[in-house]
Amino acid sequence: MLEVLNQEPFRFLLTFGALIFLVLNLAAVLTLAERKVSAYIQLRYGPNRVGPRGLLQPAADVIKLFTKENIPLNRADRWVFLLAPAFMFLPAVAVWLVIPFSQNAVVADLNIGVLFFVAITSIGALGVIMAGYGSRSSYSLLGALRGAAQMISYEVPLILSLLGVVMLTGSLALSDVVNAQGGGFWNWYIWPQLPMFLIFFISGIAEVKRIPFDLPEGESEIVGGFMIEYSGMTWALIQASEFAMMAVVSAVTATLFLGGWQPPLPFLDLGAFNWLWFAIKTTLLLFVFQWIRWSIPRFRMDQLMDLGWKVLIPLTLIWIFVTALWMLIF
Amino acid sequence: MLALLQTEMPYTALYAYVGLSMVFIVGFVLVVLMVARLIAPSRKSSTQKGQSYETAEAPVSDPWRPFPVRYYIFALMFLIFDVETAFLLPWAVVYGQLGLYGFVQMVIFIGIITLGLIYEWKKGALRWV
Repeated sequence: MLEVLNQEPFRFLLTFGALIFLVLNLAAVLTLAERKVSAYIQLRYGPNRVGPRGLLQPAADVIKLFTKENIPLNRADRWVFLLAPAFMFLPAVAVWLVIPFSQNAVVADLNIGVLFFVAITSIGALGVIMAGYGSRSSYSLLGALRGAAQMISYEVPLILSLLGVVMLTGSLALSDVVNAQGGGFWNWYIWPQLPMFLIFFISGIAEVKRIPFDLPEGESEIVGGFMIEYSGMTWALIQASEFAMMAVVSAVTATLFLGGWQPPLPFLDLGAFNWLWFAIKTTLLLFVFQWIRWSIPRFRMDQLMDLGWKVLIPLTLIWIFVTALWMLIF
Repeated sequence: MLALLQTEMPYTALYAYVGLSMVFIVGFVLVVLMVARLIAPSRKSSTQKGQSYETAEAPVSDPWRPFPVRYYIFALMFLIFDVETAFLLPWAVVYGQLGLYGFVQMVIFIGIITLGLIYEWKKGALRWV
């Protein structure tokens, strides 16, 4: 009976449904994790009233946000304003389509997976500009312009830092990238590509607008930036897609540089349950995101642009050269 | 057994799946917004309520007016580097088989782009004003 579900249209529908489920739950868990991690870093307890140890806090938040009014603005461009959350949510789910969770366990294994990731994440910048411009508010517009400058500046090092991995693999498919890293943690691309790994992760943080790169939001100066006019469920969708994008960047980093679902040592192979390794690596990277958030203060705008154009891009170009030379000699 | 593994498929089918997924995702967001519209209260709007936020003052200026876009040079450079990566990606895929020829070609290409970056840098185009 269950065999039917392995057949084509049903497999796609089922895995896609699982993906939506995964993304929504990730967003929920990450909102709780954000508050819990920040609380423990600051020696507090964090949310601990709703459910055991505050575990049901996200559910309470969802109910609350569903029953809050979405306040319409007088002057806003209504359709741009309302469609912006959809354009921010789209990349947060779509990138998961090409990420292999385990051997062959992928929704649609495109042979240009790396390129797909790069192309789809740029849609997020469009969502930010739509949100900021459509609200017709000064703070929103400031946030959106900053967001646009930041996201296009950091997209260049993000793409360039992928090239080393692509060169070593000789393929753009994420499944090939993971398969090439099998056999133990010494085969992971983090070792030959350590600078690229750091650059990719830093640009990833900038791409998802997290502290220390949260100038488009900047609560303490432009009070929320591009999402200042959103309320109720539209605001919840923007928040959810930000947290889900964080998970996407972690998952892609784990796939490209930390061996994806490959076990760290050959005898730890779990067969069909290798997705556990993928989950562990992604979770560790997510924790690093939050750790950085509560350790480093926000950049200034000129420092941010300098870091992107004068440090990260020259470094990636140098390391592409080094990788090419290394491949030529050995 | 429920395995849900992807088998060999024609790539047109894969792209059809990706396109279909995107339609589903946007549809999902719209459904959520519609459900929220049904559940959430939507009281009458007024002039004060619909005002955009400007530190609790009445908004004095319309943001939809000409404003100086300080980073258009960054946007131009982004275009150049984006096109550069579009050329570099196919090169990177086949680099393992190209050998010295591919290496020299890449050094010339990246060298020209890097010269441009250094020129911009010295000219002060990368300074945020």
